[in-house]
Amino acid sequence: MKTIENLKQHFSHLQSKNGSSALTQVETSAFANFERLGIPTLRHEEWKYTRIASLFNNEYIFAQKEQPVNVSKELLEEVEISGAREINELVFVNGIFNPSLSVVYSDELIIHSLEEAAKNEFAKVVDEHLNHSAKYIQDGVHALNTAFLQNGIFIAVKQNKVVEHPVYIYNILDSSAGNIFSQPRTLIHVGKNAEIKFAESFTTIGANESLTSRVAEVIVEENANVEYYIIQNDNEKAHQINTTHIRQTGKSVVNTVTLSLNGGIVRNNLNIAMEAPYCESHFYGLYFVSGNTHIDNHTIVDNVAPNCLSNQLYKGIMEDKSNAVFNGKIYVQRDAQKTNAFQSNKNILLSADAVVNTKPQLEIFADDVKCSHGCTIGQLDSESMFYMRSRGIDEASAQALLIQAFAKDILEYIKLQPVREHAEALITKRLGAGIHE
Amino acid sequence: MLSIKNLEAGIEGKQILKGINLEIKPGEVHAIMGPNGSGKSTLSSVLAGREDFEVTGGEVSFLGKNLLELSPEERAGEGIFLAFQYPVEIPGLTTTNFIKTAVNQIRKYRGLEAYDSVQFLKLMREKMGLVEINQSLLSRSLNEGFSGGEKKRNEIFQMAMLEPKLAILDETDSGLDIDAIRIVSNGVNKLRSSDNAVLLVTHYQRLLDYIVPDYVHVLYDGRIVKSGPKELALELEEKGYDFIKNEVMASNEA
Repeated sequence: MKTIENLKQHFSHLQSKNGSSALTQVETSAFANFERLGIPTLRHEEWKYTRIASLFNNEYIFAQKEQPVNVSKELLEEVEISGAREINELVFVNGIFNPSLSVVYSDELIIHSLEEAAKNEFAKVVDEHLNHSAKYIQDGVHALNTAFLQNGIFIAVKQNKVVEHPVYIYNILDSSAGNIFSQPRTLIHVGKNAEIKFAESFTTIGANESLTSRVAEVIVEENANVEYYIIQNDNEKAHQINTTHIRQTGKSVVNTVTLSLNGGIVRNNLNIAMEAPYCESHFYGLYFVSGNTHIDNHTIVDNVAPNCLSNQLYKGIMEDKSNAVFNGKIYVQRDAQKTNAFQSNKNILLSADAVVNTKPQLEIFADDVKCSHGCTIGQLDSESMFYMRSRGIDEASAQALLIQAFAKDILEYIKLQPVREHAEALITKRLGAGIHE
Repeated sequence: MLSIKNLEAGIEGKQILKGINLEIKPGEVHAIMGPNGSGKSTLSSVLAGREDFEVTGGEVSFLGKNLLELSPEERAGEGIFLAFQYPVEIPGLTTTNFIKTAVNQIRKYRGLEAYDSVQFLKLMREKMGLVEINQSLLSRSLNEGFSGGEKKRNEIFQMAMLEPKLAILDETDSGLDIDAIRIVSNGVNKLRSSDNAVLLVTHYQRLLDYIVPDYVHVLYDGRIVKSGPKELALELEEKGYDFIKNEVMASNEA
C-alpha cells in the first residue's frame, strides 16, 4: 500500500502549494474520509466481487497540472470518435483537462475549472451539487477523487440553450514513463430546457499500468434533455473506477449507454436520482469482454418523486476467463407513487471459464408502483446455431452474427449516429473476420 | 444423388432410425410419410447434420461424398437444404443480412466469387416473386413475429436463394392454411428441375396434392416399411396409418 503513503504526501504537497480555495473544505474532508474508509476490499458490500486493493500496491506517477504532455496529432486522430469538424472535443490527459488540445465549437458550451466556477456566477450551482454522488457512494476511492477535485472541470449549458453539436470527451492516459494514476472530475450543469449530448472514451498509451478513478456528476434541470455515451475499450493494463452520477432535479429526459470492451479491471457506478415528478431515464449497457477483463456495473436508480419512468437493460457477452458483475438497485421512496421502473440483465457465456455475478435489487417503500427486474445467464442458442449452419454459414460466422444480433438492441439506443457507427465498428472488429457484410 | 444404406441413428441412447434404405436420383421427388414418432424428423435432422443425433450405423453418400463426415455448413455447401418444421427466430439479425451471409459462404465453399450488394439484390428480386415474399418482410429480423405462413415462405425463399441439389422439406405443410400451402408448393414446383431432387417429409397427404411425388415411402418404427407410387399416399389417407401398423405386425408374426 505504498501508493496510499504517496497519496498522502501528494495531497499535503498540493494543499500547501495551492493555498486555500473555495474547494479546500470539500477536499480536506474528503481526504479525511478517504483515510477513514481506505481502499474497499471484498468485505465492502458494494465491492464483494471486485478486487481493487492490489491495484494500489503499484507505484504510480500522479499527473500534475503543470507537467508538459506529449500527445501527437496522430494519436488524437486515432482516439477520435468521429472525424467531423463541427464537434466539441474535450481532451483530458492523465485526468487533467487540456485546453490547448481541446476544441470548443459550440458557443452554448461553457467550460470553467471547478475552482473558478466555485467563485463565479455558478458558485451557487457548485455549492448545491458538487459531490452529491457521495450520498450514494461511500467508499475510499470516491472520497479520494473528491480530495483531488481541484483539477476538476465545470461544464454548463445555460437555460434554453441547445448544444447542437456533440461533446466528445477523450481521456488519454500516458503510462510510457511509469504507472499512471488519473482522477478526472467533472460537474455538468444542464439548465432548464437545455440539451446536450456527450460521448466519452478512454485510451492508454504506453506499456505500464494505468488506473483511472473518474467521477462525473450531471445535473439535469427541468425540461432538459441529456444523452451520455461511454465507450470503454482500452488495453488490459488499463483499470478504471468510473462513476457517473445523474441528478434529475426537474422533469427531464436522460439517455445513457455504456459500452465496455477491452480493459483490465473496470468498475462502473451509474446513479440516477429522480428527484422531480415525470422524469424519464433510459440506461443501457453492453459488455463484451474476453481475456482476463473484469467488468463490474453497479447501478442505482433512486425514485424520490412520483410518476417517474426508468428503463434499464444491460447485456453481456463473455469470453475466455472474463468476469462480470452486475448489481442493479432500484429504490422507490415512500412518496414516489406511480413509479415505473424496469430492469433487466442478460448474459451469454461463450466460455466455461467466464464468470458472471448478477444481483438485481428492488427496495420499494411506496405501494402503487410498477417495477420489474430479472436476469438471465445462458449460452448461444444451439437451435439458432444449427439453423444458420444448415444454411451454409460456418460456426464462427454464425456465432458472430448471433452476438451482433444480441448486441444490436443495446447499440440501437445510441441515438448519436457517429457514436453508434463507431461502437458498431468496434464490435465488428472484435468479432473479427467472421462477419461478411 | 443420395444413397442411404442401413442408416441407424438415435438420441441420448434411444434408437430411432433402425436401418433406413433410400435412393434418390436427380429430378425425383420422394415423399416420406408416417405416423407421429416414426422417425421422420429424425431422418431429416440426421441428413442435415443436427449434432444432437448420433449415427450408430449405416452409410449416407451424397453426390459421391460421405455425407456423415461433413459439418452442417459443408452439407449446405454440397447442396443439401433443410426447410425447418419450426424455423428459428433471431431478433436483431435481418433476414436479408442472414441470407446474404449464407449465399456468399456457400459461394465461397463452391469456389465462386462473393456477390456484391448489387448482384445480391438482383438475385433477391428475381427470387422474391417465386414465393410471393415482399421486401418489408426481408428487412425485418429473421422470422421474428412472422406468421406461420410467412415463416414457411421464408424457408422456401431461402431455398430459392441457395439453389440446393437436394431440398428436404420437414413438415412444411404443418400449421398452414390451404392458401399458404398453395403458395409454398408453387414455389417448390418452380424450383424443380432435372438436376435437383426433393424429399418431402409429411404426416398428411394434402401437401402431395400440390407437390406431386414420384415415390412415396412409409416410415414406421424407424424403418421404411412400404414404398410405392404416388397412389400409396391416397391409400394411406383413406385407410389411416393403422393399416400399415397391422401389415407390419402381420409380417412380423409370419
